[in-house]
Amino acid sequence: MNKTFLLIKHEFLNTVRRKAFIILTLAFPLIALLGIVAGQVIPKMITPTTTIEKIGYIDKIGSFNQGIDENNIQLIPYSTEDDAKAALIKKDIKEYFVIGTEYISTGLIHSYTLTSEIAPSTTVQTVIRDFLLNNLLKGNTADVIQRAKSPLNIASTTLTTAGTPASRQGGFSALILPYIFSILLMIAIFTSSGYLLQGLGEEKENRVMEILLSSISPKQLLAGKVLGLGAAGLVQIIVWLISANFLMKIASATWGNVFGSLQVPPDFLILGIIYFILGYLLEAVLMAGVGSVSPTAREGQQMSAIFIIPVIIPIYFMGLIMEHPENIIVKLLTFIPITAPLTVIVRLGLSSIPLWELLVSIGILILSIWGLFVLTTKLFRTYLLMYGKRPDLKEIVRSFKEA
Amino acid sequence: MFSIEVNHILKTYGSRAAVNDVSFNVNQGEIFGLIGPNGAGKTTTIRMMMDIIKPDSGDIKVMGEKLNEESKNKIGYLPEERGLYKKMSVMDSIIYFASLKGVDNQLARHRGEELLKRADLLPHQNKRIEELSRGMGQIVQLIITIIHEPDLIILDEPFSGLDPVNTQLLKDMIRDLKKKGKTIIMSTHLMNDIEELCDRLLMINKGRVVLYGNLTEVKSNYRNNSVLVETVGELGIIEGVIGQNRHNGAVELKLDAKTTPQMLLERLVKKGIVVNRFELSTPSLTEIFIKVVGDEHE
Repeated sequence: MNKTFLLIKHEFLNTVRRKAFIILTLAFPLIALLGIVAGQVIPKMITPTTTIEKIGYIDKIGSFNQGIDENNIQLIPYSTEDDAKAALIKKDIKEYFVIGTEYISTGLIHSYTLTSEIAPSTTVQTVIRDFLLNNLLKGNTADVIQRAKSPLNIASTTLTTAGTPASRQGGFSALILPYIFSILLMIAIFTSSGYLLQGLGEEKENRVMEILLSSISPKQLLAGKVLGLGAAGLVQIIVWLISANFLMKIASATWGNVFGSLQVPPDFLILGIIYFILGYLLEAVLMAGVGSVSPTAREGQQMSAIFIIPVIIPIYFMGLIMEHPENIIVKLLTFIPITAPLTVIVRLGLSSIPLWELLVSIGILILSIWGLFVLTTKLFRTYLLMYGKRPDLKEIVRSFKEA
Repeated sequence: MFSIEVNHILKTYGSRAAVNDVSFNVNQGEIFGLIGPNGAGKTTTIRMMMDIIKPDSGDIKVMGEKLNEESKNKIGYLPEERGLYKKMSVMDSIIYFASLKGVDNQLARHRGEELLKRADLLPHQNKRIEELSRGMGQIVQLIITIIHEPDLIILDEPFSGLDPVNTQLLKDMIRDLKKKGKTIIMSTHLMNDIEELCDRLLMINKGRVVLYGNLTEVKSNYRNNSVLVETVGELGIIEGVIGQNRHNGAVELKLDAKTTPQMLLERLVKKGIVVNRFELSTPSLTEIFIKVVGDEHE
């Protein structure tokens, strides 16, 4: 059997058997499921008991008589303010309000309560508003009154230039999908490349490296590690994608009114996987470089921050990417290899990306991965066995030239 | 064909030459000692032989060619810095590292069991490496080094950290390997350790070769014309003896330049002294090393 393949198998199995890996892979779907279930159960648990609240009012205009009994609130008319005040003090009513003679011109309503509050509760406000509308629009049909209460209900459709509905329709689901996925992508990339860095550090510390190198070449070692751990990361991403699809169906059923129907578009899936693979390979090769020059796993982890932070940059530009996907900065972020994966994922949720941009971005990524792989194998060979000593920048540059 | 040919290799770290113009050949089927004090350049030389690091100049041929993947499969290498995956079981480690040398899993398991049995470690085969004692770990590592039945075995400081029982076990294993026709290269800074094992040796100090050749020849070259004798009764004064040193029971007699050991024996017999032991006093490798390095200093 090919030795690189043996190494891939070894690294893959070693990673997917790790407890931390299994926990992380299952944690996201489980937490999401828990959230959805909680979203269904908790509102039912905290539904208020159905005691009827009474609110008094005094109508000085004299035409507000269309009664209302809404949201368990009952409106009780009083003829004078003193009567209402007495009832309030006796706690027969919770509060009362006065429709003054100037109401039609000013819209002013005075409200009186015993307890101080920041603002009247929205339920109370809605009830009062509906009561006022009912009376103001007296004589209209119930449908018209209902429409006046809720006049706007937008259903927007994005059209393609051909006039047919576009595959991406924007809205909340368009925002939440790239958001969640950019985070998952980031975590998957960092987990696998983090394992790579840790693994290299450990092999350096426990001296397995030398035995490995007496059997295989540095190139085989690096390729085996990168691909084996990458395969494990891919499994993680696929588990997440499959469970996301499933979870979104449940979520749509629960919160359909908020999210609209959530679903993962197929091109999103495919590009998501492509960019995971490329993003991971890039990060992994960088980590391998860091791993080979740093003497211990811990030191490697500290140094790796240099290559972790740029990956997250697109998150800071999320607003810009969402609102102005055509901006030059967004284009740049799409082309710079280290920021490309997240940028593309965020952009994809909102609009389709021109094919040429995708091709250029993928092309640059592949070229940089290859270039870095070649450089890293050289570094690897030179510094892998230098225990306890970190080379300075000058030495590293020299070793690139020599190797 | 030599097992290994090393031609004028040079390796510098910064301004310091770790290995400086070292050349030697290792014959097939011999035990070759690479000896020298700590920091002499032994490990660097071995790493260059294994193509783990590249020499600045010079070249190395393994079994007649430059080291490649195929020839790597024919070499067993025990590095100086020992290490295995701590969480892996003994048998899994053996099988995994054997697979990297091109041995299929079943064969590796079979041979692994045999070797573990021989070292009395078979009951530990499912233990994790981290659960083993240091000595056991080292034996397991040696098993991993020879599991693919390599033609050439390179052992870097194989005895360091071993107790006498395991040292003996290791020596027996090495002798067995030689009997099977394997070539063995051993490095050590404990020179007397391998005297009894080596056929030929290379002694290096500060990256340079100070001695190279057949062990018995080297020893006879450095003989200091003295004889160890054990006799009944006092020796008295004997012609040609210019010094006496007592070594628990035996006496080392230093002879003058005109006297040979043969002449001394004749004189002892003539004097009617009962000789229980009479042997040429050969210096130990350590003594030779000190003499050579001392000469260099002068």
